[in-house]
Amino acid sequence: MKKNEMMLEFDSVSENEAFARVAVAAFAAQLDPTLEEIADIKTAISEAVTNAIIHGYENKEGKVKIHCMIEDNCLKVEISDQGVGIADVEKAKEPMYTTKPEWERSGMGFTFMETFMDHLTVESKPDIGTKIYMDKCIAKQAV
Amino acid sequence: MKTRKKIDSFFEVDDACLIIHITDDLDHHNVISLREKADRLIDKERVKNIVFDFDGVSFMDSSGIGMIMGRYKKVIFTGGKVGVASVSNNVDRIFRISGLYKIIGKYETVAEAVQAL
Repeated sequence: MKKNEMMLEFDSVSENEAFARVAVAAFAAQLDPTLEEIADIKTAISEAVTNAIIHGYENKEGKVKIHCMIEDNCLKVEISDQGVGIADVEKAKEPMYTTKPEWERSGMGFTFMETFMDHLTVESKPDIGTKIYMDKCIAKQAV
Repeated sequence: MKTRKKIDSFFEVDDACLIIHITDDLDHHNVISLREKADRLIDKERVKNIVFDFDGVSFMDSSGIGMIMGRYKKVIFTGGKVGVASVSNNVDRIFRISGLYKIIGKYETVAEAVQAL
């Protein structure tokens, strides 16, 4: 079985949103994804990291961690913060629902993560933090 | 008479239409400064309609959706409209999934959008 692993830890500042999605997309490139699959991964990572920064840490100081694993043709991503947590995860996942309308959040973050990845799990405890698990398997290209 | 005024490399005002040339990935980080500048111009130039030029933009996430919806809410009270032009496939997918095309128009070019709005 093909296996590979990488970890990132960075400050919760908005400059790192682009860094995080590009880094994970570059790691996933070894699975030979299509351009569309790369775009899917970048969008999902961007949503999860943005959530950690603005909701988890509410734009205050903190660390965002990303743990990526490749197993065979699948990418597994865990994104975690030690922020305020989510009181009602099911509610947070509803399309168009946001706790920050005054910041013009569209409430589409979890919807995009669910749409673009194969699987999404959210674990969160108020005042402890949030962990997002996402998987995406890349179809093997015909040679 | 129509007047087209170039504010800087990102913003132009054509009559009462604000044209915003987006040149980078449209994420939460880039949305913050863009929103501030756009809102200042919307008030100062008495903007009615807005066209977002996506030429060269390969990435947008839900922060971009929030920013466009926010500007839409700003101009709709005065009968204004919002359009997007030169949208890449990746950005188009985000617009389609979010349902944003129900409230904004999609056009091939900026000129076409300015004409149609």
